[in-house]
Amino acid sequence: MLALLVAVLQQIPEGFVRVTGVPQTEQIPAAPLVIAAYAFFLLLMVFYLWTIWRRIGKVETEMHVLERRQSEKR
Amino acid sequence: MKRLFVPLAVVAAAMFAAAPVAIAKADYESTMLLVQKIFYFHFATWMAMTLAIAVCGVASLVYLFRGSKLADWYAVASAELVVVFGIFGLFSGSLWGRKAWGVWWQWDARVTMATMLVLVFLGYLMVRKYGGPGSEKLAAAMGIFGAATAPFVYKSVDWWRTIHPQTTVMKTLGGNWPGAWYLVWFCTASFLTLTVLMLAARVRLEAMRHRLDEMYLAAEDS
Repeated sequence: MLALLVAVLQQIPEGFVRVTGVPQTEQIPAAPLVIAAYAFFLLLMVFYLWTIWRRIGKVETEMHVLERRQSEKR
Repeated sequence: MKRLFVPLAVVAAAMFAAAPVAIAKADYESTMLLVQKIFYFHFATWMAMTLAIAVCGVASLVYLFRGSKLADWYAVASAELVVVFGIFGLFSGSLWGRKAWGVWWQWDARVTMATMLVLVFLGYLMVRKYGGPGSEKLAAAMGIFGAATAPFVYKSVDWWRTIHPQTTVMKTLGGNWPGAWYLVWFCTASFLTLTVLMLAARVRLEAMRHRLDEMYLAAEDS
């Protein structure tokens, strides 16, 4: 009995196992989730890079204003 | 870094253009099928977050004990990246869990601890923004403790057996399914390149802010 159990357990693969092809029914509910994940990543990266670019722009503008004000003083 | 920035940005853009095509062409996993394809960016984002955590932890230590301004800039820049990658990691995990576990959210040990880790770094950023003068040192302590928490988050799936897959998934992937193994590391390399680029851009912003402060001080003195 124990030997049988060990044999069964040894047949269970550890981790991911590759398979080719997927039933159509399985694709329908999963596809929006996969697309949402990758689309969210793209939007998040674009948004974050935009915030860095905008913040750098703000500091640069402030620097120019300060420089101009200083040169006008002199 | 200035010289390397543009070539690295081109490499990262090419890698991010190739990754979705390779993911779409990759074979399906036997039990989760299509939704398992979230794994490639999900794993990569946690690796990018780990790099950002390590940078924040080391930079916070250097800042706290040596007072290096550059280290402080790296610490705040990487803390922001931890939050950005953490948000994506939790979001993508939630989408994956919806199909694989049947729920949007599970109070699983790994998921809960990862959420708390993101909150620690969100706290770091809030301390920096609203803490007033001297908040850099308090935030540095938070950065060190946040980084010290990361190994516990990693090992949580092995210590508390819950619904989240164990760390052995990655250890066995190379033998079971080399194609997926190469692809996940390709995606990880893309994320790490992006992390380096965003860190460089964010550190530049901190350096500019520091210069602006110095200009204001010089203007007040004159």
